[in-house]
Amino acid sequence: MSDTIKLSQARRGDCGVIVQVGDHCHHDEHALELERRLLELGFVEGARIELLHEGLLGRDPIAMKVDDMRVALRRHEAASLTVRVEPVA
Amino acid sequence: MDVAVRSARVALVGNPNSGKTALFNALTGAHQKVANYAGVTVERKEGLIRTGDGRTMSVLDLPGTYSLRARSPDEEVTRDAVLGRLAGEAPPDVIVAVADATNLRLVLRLILELKAVGRPMVLALNMYDIAQRQGLRIDLERLQAELGVPIVTTVATRKRGVEDLVSAVNAAAGHLSATSEGGWMAPDAEALRGKAREAERIMKACVRPPERPDTLTGRIDSVLLHPVGGLLILMTLLFVMFQAVFSWATPFMDGIEAGLGALGVGVAAVTPDGIWESLIVDGLISGVGSVLVFLPQILILFLFIILLEDFGYMARAAFLMDRIMGGAGLHGRAFIPLLSSFACAIPGVMAARVIDSKRDRLTTIMVAPLMTCSARIPVYTLIIAAFIPNQTVWGFANLQGLVMFGLYAAGILSALAVSFVIRRIFWRGAVEPFMMELPAYKTPDLRSVLVNLWLRARIFLERAGRIILPLMVLVWALSTFPYPPEGATQPAIDYSFAGMMGKALEPIFAPIGFNWQMVIALIPGMAAREVAVAALGTVYAVADPETATAVLATTLAGQWSLATGLAFLAWYVFAPQCVATLGVVKRETNSWKWMWVMVAYMFGLAYLAAFLTYRAAVALGGG
Ligand SMILES: Nc1nc2c(ncn2[C@@H]2O[C@H](COP(=O)(O)OP(=O)(O)OP(=O)(O)O)[C@@H](O)[C@H]2O)c(=O)[nH]1
Ligand SMILES: [Mg+2]
Repeated sequence: MSDTIKLSQARRGDCGVIVQVGDHCHHDEHALELERRLLELGFVEGARIELLHEGLLGRDPIAMKVDDMRVALRRHEAASLTVRVEPVA
Repeated sequence: MDVAVRSARVALVGNPNSGKTALFNALTGAHQKVANYAGVTVERKEGLIRTGDGRTMSVLDLPGTYSLRARSPDEEVTRDAVLGRLAGEAPPDVIVAVADATNLRLVLRLILELKAVGRPMVLALNMYDIAQRQGLRIDLERLQAELGVPIVTTVATRKRGVEDLVSAVNAAAGHLSATSEGGWMAPDAEALRGKAREAERIMKACVRPPERPDTLTGRIDSVLLHPVGGLLILMTLLFVMFQAVFSWATPFMDGIEAGLGALGVGVAAVTPDGIWESLIVDGLISGVGSVLVFLPQILILFLFIILLEDFGYMARAAFLMDRIMGGAGLHGRAFIPLLSSFACAIPGVMAARVIDSKRDRLTTIMVAPLMTCSARIPVYTLIIAAFIPNQTVWGFANLQGLVMFGLYAAGILSALAVSFVIRRIFWRGAVEPFMMELPAYKTPDLRSVLVNLWLRARIFLERAGRIILPLMVLVWALSTFPYPPEGATQPAIDYSFAGMMGKALEPIFAPIGFNWQMVIALIPGMAAREVAVAALGTVYAVADPETATAVLATTLAGQWSLATGLAFLAWYVFAPQCVATLGVVKRETNSWKWMWVMVAYMFGLAYLAAFLTYRAAVALGGG
C-alpha cells in the first residue's frame, strides 16, 4: 500500500517519489512561478524524496534529499508538491 | 572587427556553489570571495589572462543560477551577460559551463537551456577530486557525445585542469560561428519538465552512482540540524565567537599597544618639541594607532566567519533561523546577507541581491546596517575596556565578552524588530518562498583560509592608511589651531576650531550625556565608525600631552562617567556612521529616498537609545 500526500504533510523519515509538481487548481502567476522554480531546483515528477530534518517551531522549514541533493524548503511551498509515500521497508 | 586580434571573452556560468569563482581565481590569479554556500557571487567580475600563445582572454565570473529565467537581481546579471543584453557589451564568445561533478542533474538541465543561446560552450567538470574520492564514475566520452560539448575535468581549488580548460576554450573560440543568434526563450513549466527528463536520461546513461557516497554530511547534519540541539549549537558558536574576539585577542593587542607606546616615546625623544612632534605623536600615533590595535580582534572574528563559510555551515544556520526570521517578516534568504553584515554592511547590502522580491530586498537592506559590523569592534572594545571590569561571571564567562555578546544581540534584535515594523506597517503581503540548497560539508583549506585572513588584514590596514590617516591629520589640525591666547588657563584644545565646534554642538548631545570631545569625534566618525576611536585618541592626546602615549581606555575611564560610556555604546549600536554603506544603499536601491530614510531612522534610534541608556544609568547611580 502506498499513500499520496502533500509534501507539506510529510514527517521526518518519510520517503517517497514526487508524483505532481505545482498546485494545479490555482493558475495565478504566483503559483505558476513557484512551479517553475521548484522544477528548476530538481523537484520534478519521478524524483526521489527523503525528508531528513524539521525545524523546531511548527516543524518548519524542512530539509530533504531530492535524488542526491539536499534542499531546504518551507512547508508552505512544499504544499504544492504531491508525493507518493512508500512504506518503510 | 578582426576576430584574431580581439581577445576572446569567456563567461563562467553554472549552478550556485559549483566553483565558478574558485575557477575564476585559478585562471586569473584574482582573490574573489569563494565560500561553501549558494549565492556568494552577486556581481559580474572580469579578469584578464594571457594564454600560452601570448594572446589575452577575458574571463567573466558570474553569479550562480539554476536557470537563465532570472528571478533575482544577481541572476539577472548572469542572464544579461550571457545573452549580451547589457548595453555596449556583446555576448561572450565562449560559455564555460561550470559543474559540480558530484551534483550534475541540475546543471545538465541548465546546459541544455544554455545550448539554445547558440554560443560555443565548454563544460568544466569541477570538484573532480571529490568525485574521484567518492568513486563516482562519469563516462566522459558518452557525456561529451550526448551534450555535444567538449568536457574538461578541473579541480579549481588546486588549479588542476586549468591549462586544459584554456586550450579547450581556445579551440571552441576558433569555431566561432556568426550564424546562431540567441534562440533562447524563457521556458515554461512543460519545457522545464522536458529538459529535466532529458537531463535525467543523460544522467542515467553517463553517471554511475558513487561507490563511496558522502555519508559524513548526513551524519553531521543530524547533529547540526537537530531541532533543539542545532539551535543550541548555533547559539554556543556565536557565544564562543564573541568571547574569543575578546579574550584571545588580548595578548596581541597588548603587544601592539606596548609597541605603539614605545614608538610614541621614541619619536617624541628624537623629534624636536613643537608642531611636528605634536602631529606625529598626537595626530598619527595616538590617532591611527588607537585603531590599529584592533587588528587582532577583527582577524579573530573573520577567522570564525571564514571557517564557518568554508565548512558549509551558513546554509544550515539559515535553515535553523528561518522561522525566527520569517516571524519578523524577513525573507528566508535574508539570513546570509545579514550574517555577512557582521563583517561589513557593504557586502551584506550587496548580498541582498539574491532576494527576488523587491520589498523583501529593501527590508533586508534597511536592517543590514544594524548588524554589528567589524568597524564597530574598535568602538565597542574601547568603551568596554574602559568601563566594564574584566572579571569572570558564572564561573566561565568573561564579563567584557558578555557585554560584547549583548551588543551583538542588541543589533540582531533591533534588526528583527525594525523589519517586523516595516512589514507590519508598510508592506503586508505574501511571504516569499524559502528554498535553498544545503551544500555538502567541506574541510576548510588552510592555505585559502590564511590567504583570506591576509586579505582582510590588508583591507583593514588600507582603510587605516587611506581614510583614517588623512582624517586624523585634519582632526589634529582642527584641535591644534588656532593656538590658545597668551596666558590661557584652559587646555589648548579649548581654544581650537575643534573645541569651538564641539562646544557649539554640545547642547544637542548633552541630553544623552555626550561631552564636547565626543562630539568632535563623532564628526569625522561619519566617514567610518572606527574613525571615532582614532579621533578620540587624537583629541585627548592633544588636550593633554601626558596621555599621548597612554592607553586610550585608561584616559576615557578617567574622563567619562559610566553613564556616558554606556550611552556612547548605545549610540553606536544604531548610528548610521559609515558613508560607504550609505553610498552602497543608494546604489543598490537606486534611490536617494531610501538612503535618507535609513539615515533618519538610524539616527533617531541612536539618539533615543543613547538617551534612555544615559538616563537609566544616571538614575541607577552611574552618572
Ligand atoms: N574540493 C574542491 N572544492 C572546490 C573546488 N572548486 C570549488 N570548491 C569549493 O566549493 C565551494 C564553492 O566555490 P565557489 O567558487 O564560491 O562557487 P561559486 O560557483 O562561485 O558559487 P556562487 O558564487 O555562490 O555561485 C568553496 O567552498 C570552494 O572552496 C574543487 O575543485 N574541489
Ligand atoms: Mg562565485
